[in-house]
Amino acid sequence: MRRREVGERRAVISGVGQSQVGRRIYRDPLGLTLDACLAAVEHAGLQLSDIDGLATYPGNMNVPPGFSGVGIAEVHDALRLELDWFAGGLELPGQLGSVANAVAAVATGLCDHALCFRTVWEASAQGDAGRASVTMGGGGGGGYRASSFMQWTLPFGAPSAANWIGMMANLHFHRFGTTREQLAWIALNSRRNAEINPTAIYRTPMSLQDYLDVRMISDPLCLYDCDVPADGSTAVVVSRADAAADLRRPPVRIEAVGTALRGRPSWDQFDDLTTMALRDAAAMMWERTDLRPEQVHVAELYDGFSFITLAWLEALGFCAQGEGGPFVEGGERIAREAAGVPGSVALNTHGGQLSAGRLHGYGFLHEACLQLWGEAGERQVRVDGGAPSVGIAAAGGGPLAAAFLLRTD
Amino acid sequence: MTEQPFRVLPAVTTDNEHFWRGGEHGELRFLRCADCGTWIHPPQPRCPECLSTDVAPQASSGRGRILTYTVNHQPWYPGLDPPYVVAIVELDDQPGLRLTTNIVGVDPDQVDFDQRVHVTFEEYPDRDGSVWLPFFEPDPDVAGTAS
Repeated sequence: MRRREVGERRAVISGVGQSQVGRRIYRDPLGLTLDACLAAVEHAGLQLSDIDGLATYPGNMNVPPGFSGVGIAEVHDALRLELDWFAGGLELPGQLGSVANAVAAVATGLCDHALCFRTVWEASAQGDAGRASVTMGGGGGGGYRASSFMQWTLPFGAPSAANWIGMMANLHFHRFGTTREQLAWIALNSRRNAEINPTAIYRTPMSLQDYLDVRMISDPLCLYDCDVPADGSTAVVVSRADAAADLRRPPVRIEAVGTALRGRPSWDQFDDLTTMALRDAAAMMWERTDLRPEQVHVAELYDGFSFITLAWLEALGFCAQGEGGPFVEGGERIAREAAGVPGSVALNTHGGQLSAGRLHGYGFLHEACLQLWGEAGERQVRVDGGAPSVGIAAAGGGPLAAAFLLRTD
Repeated sequence: MTEQPFRVLPAVTTDNEHFWRGGEHGELRFLRCADCGTWIHPPQPRCPECLSTDVAPQASSGRGRILTYTVNHQPWYPGLDPPYVVAIVELDDQPGLRLTTNIVGVDPDQVDFDQRVHVTFEEYPDRDGSVWLPFFEPDPDVAGTAS
């Protein structure tokens, strides 16, 4: 065990906020970002003048269209923040790696209250032109040449993580006997949660037959295994635990963080393609706590593709490797009502990115905090009549992964 | 001659030229460490096992097996029509020596895990000279036997 000082416990989450979320809402991404940031600061009971740290993923990027567009400098300047610490970037253990950065900054005393944000406008970026208009190397007039990792995949017509994750899912199916009828329950569970989430994008009921009938994207992943491009911004405030005493609500404490990548940092060179970095991030997180998976009430686990959620469930130890299919089949062990039931965990209670929209990682942390605060409205999970007290937010897939174990007890 | 399917082409440099242009000689080339014999992919200036700088391109067997695959049905690019098979092939030369590729010359329904395959190149002319994309096709003695 690599047990070290667990410094992340010096940091807490003090507030969360979200902008309008939707499909093709054609709003300025900076405007969405400021909405989310101001909501999170207000939610924490802080003033903008209290914010002395700023973090984001992936920073300002123009390509792929809609993937970002808002970086540290834009928010810093728009809100006239006075920062002691800031960091934005892409080379992180997944989207929530930016929050891990903020936790580290707060825990080491570089700042007291770090505002973290993630903004996407991928739906508006596609407009009516469809997916092909934003595909890497497509529509570029023929001038684009692939380099770095992309050179090893784009020439083979595999520009999307749908292809890379499709190969991982197919290997999982082959090795462990997982079926589409099982994997479907990731999507079906998310949809039934989204039905009662007023901000979710897809809220109409989905049946197993609907899932099996929809068109294939990259076998075995069908359209409903893929998250839905959205516009929106999410923000969270990470605060120093001893600076959080007079905040608006009891903080969500950070019990442990996992950010490990102990295999090769590559979508196709990693040793075990059925687990990828999720295995390492989850292992590290559990190495830093005495809590066990059986004590977790809610799990908000990344679903850029449904298979990633299945792999997170296995990596985090809710079931053994290879048993994710039987674990989710039928949907009972992952339902909202399953929170607190031995051998079960309420999964993606807001509808995940599959149904609530691809807010790219931050949506899971936002939802985990709302659930722990008892502020999730109609979809609120109950454990012994109250809000759940232990939750996980985990994001990333392939070689990118970070996991947060959160508690309020 | 029919027009080739659209392909995004790699930016060829001195570091990766052996891989992308080895097909001109019918060879699937990777860097190999002269000191410990380790095959290296993607290219890098030191052997990751022994850290030797004595690494140089060498022709691999070009033979291996399908580690995993997916049948892509999504039209990502105009001019590259689905369905087609994207696969990760592991070469016989060394455990873990693998690459992403396409399985060609076979109906997608006939592709399977652990299928024996060998490299086949397709030349794509580009502004600074051709590249040879390494695809794989099932070995003749097992083609079509996958269930």
